[in-house]
Amino acid sequence: MASRTLEVDFLTRVEGEGALRIELDGAEPKRIELRIFEPPRFFESLLRGRDQHEAPDITSRICGICPVAYITSACAALEQAHGIQLRAEHVALRRLLYTGEWIESHGLHVFMLHLPDFLGLPDAMTLAKQEPTLVKNALRIKKVGNSLVRVLGGREIHPINTRVGGFYKAPEAAALAELLSELAWAEQATLEALERLAELEFPSLERDYELVALHAPDRYAIESGRIRSSSGLDIDVSDYTQHFHELQRPHSTALHSLMRLTPQSEPREYLCGPLARFVLNHSELPEDLFELAGRAGLEPTCRNPFKSILARTIEIAFACREAARIIRAYEPPSEPSVPLPPAADAVEGHGASEAPRGLLYHRYRVDTDGLITEAQIVPPTSQNQGSIERDLWDLAPELGRLPLEEATLLAERAIRNHDPCISCATHFLNLEIRRA
Amino acid sequence: MRATRTRPRLAVWKFASCDGCQLSLLDCEDELLAITEQVEIAYFLEASRNTSPGPYDVSLVEGSITTHEDERRIQHVREQSKWVVTLGACATAGGIQALRNGRDLQEFASLVYAHPEYLDSLATSTPIAEHIRVDFELRGCPIDKQQLLEVLSALLIGRKPNIAAHSVCVECKLAGNVCVLVSSGEPCLGPITHAGCGALCPSYDRACYGCFGPAEAANPSALSRRLLGEAPPTDQRVDVPRDALVKTARLRRLLQTFNTLAPEFRKESLRHG
Repeated sequence: MASRTLEVDFLTRVEGEGALRIELDGAEPKRIELRIFEPPRFFESLLRGRDQHEAPDITSRICGICPVAYITSACAALEQAHGIQLRAEHVALRRLLYTGEWIESHGLHVFMLHLPDFLGLPDAMTLAKQEPTLVKNALRIKKVGNSLVRVLGGREIHPINTRVGGFYKAPEAAALAELLSELAWAEQATLEALERLAELEFPSLERDYELVALHAPDRYAIESGRIRSSSGLDIDVSDYTQHFHELQRPHSTALHSLMRLTPQSEPREYLCGPLARFVLNHSELPEDLFELAGRAGLEPTCRNPFKSILARTIEIAFACREAARIIRAYEPPSEPSVPLPPAADAVEGHGASEAPRGLLYHRYRVDTDGLITEAQIVPPTSQNQGSIERDLWDLAPELGRLPLEEATLLAERAIRNHDPCISCATHFLNLEIRRA
Repeated sequence: MRATRTRPRLAVWKFASCDGCQLSLLDCEDELLAITEQVEIAYFLEASRNTSPGPYDVSLVEGSITTHEDERRIQHVREQSKWVVTLGACATAGGIQALRNGRDLQEFASLVYAHPEYLDSLATSTPIAEHIRVDFELRGCPIDKQQLLEVLSALLIGRKPNIAAHSVCVECKLAGNVCVLVSSGEPCLGPITHAGCGALCPSYDRACYGCFGPAEAANPSALSRRLLGEAPPTDQRVDVPRDALVKTARLRRLLQTFNTLAPEFRKESLRHG
């Protein structure tokens, strides 16, 4: 078989800008480059000297698609640094806000960015001509999530009503209750869409992923939890840096995340995101949703990245139900937030939450004036970068066989499976893998 | 093909940014399908695999210019576009990433990267209008989607967009809010901040942090004096100075966040160190 090169100058239907180049010698991959040319924005540097209360507002600007994730991880890290405990009402509201982001962001990815790939269509607008009801429902589902974020957070993108310690203003129960009927509709519409998605043809690719996600014993982890992995890691978030490392590879400026099970074991790539969450946390899902997932073809042992669309869809349905549950139980807290005590010494704190695309870790050091002296932010896309590329290596024989256009599309699809959020790369990634 | 087309052609471009402003277009859940009937989305990488070459009638530009390549690319956008509309604080005022301007880029980069020398990054983050002629600037971090719809409709009909340039204070009065600056002593940038959000932060018991940048004819120095508790100039008849609400460093940070290069905010922040 002859040598060939697949080239995608601009990856589309992902957030941010990147390119792909794959060189094959027959079915043998010679070189695979996922090149991310998103300009660096230096958030970790520009946070130095800023007030700790500014961290949620500033880091939410890392990503317009999952600002709530940044706000939540930043708040969690700073609250941990000061040893403050939120009241149960604040925790519930933060989880409620996050379910809104999951519904909106997953809705966008499942129906507008990902589904067109399975149907061989360029975009959701074209899909709307073929299946208008599906797309109209999808937009309405997405809107439910946005409405939730707007009522509680003030606006959909970069919400303003969140602060370290809770919220600026607690929402009125009546304003939240108005969302209940749409949430019920959205859960139902999502489950109907799941039946449609179950009929899709999923390319056969099983990968030996090490899966990583937050885990909580009493709930499907979203806004907090311990960090678990499929081979048995189970650590507190504050131990993150002992097990997870970012490396700069030869021939590349990429910061790659690797994990170690124990300080002595070999570092390896890993995957976070909806597939990891479903596999590691399915026991915490309501039983009927777990069964529906199975009927749609999503098994609890699933390692097929193309099936992440099913995991996302189940998570939309779960988020709708969970939001409704929290709203029904909601009683406004006596105070919208817990105050931050003055610190006698410099403090350090760690926080993590499950962004729609996966684990989002923040660490801050703060001086006695409340100013940030050090910040570390590890977004899901930079953690998944290695696994995304490995998917392409494993697909290489298939890419070598298919006609050029189909092979290019398949390679793009393999990337869009992971919904990479390229702007969120607080680190500039310019990745190149060479094999001797 | 082009001879038969009737719909105006829309392109969406991204530079250094978070994607939030262009996402506002996809967040128009009620209007999106109607928009696609009115305009041909000819280039919108976040939404479609289909791209077609220019010229374009309207180019929406998100993000600031921070690399050599982007300095070149924005020229291409201008050449291909009848109208260029910038979206949001990055494109109109350099964005949060403009905090690096005037700092040592190597030091900034080396805090994040082991090999900062590999980066293609300019020492500055600059607004689009510093590079090309811009036909309309939409404010906000992020923009307001109703304002985006207003600009798109106005351009398609051929009229001037009706975007109010007064301050957030006007919106706050219209919303019937109690003034957070007067009643709670919160350092609110509302008096000098461009309308568009609907006075969101004060409506949530929070001081405005200026994410829409400066209002038309804003008077930042008067607000600074009030916030710092300084005496007013002697030739003005005003009340005696009140308590300081912020220290200088905090005032500077307030003015230097998402609209760092907006001239009015920048000038005032530089007066305070």
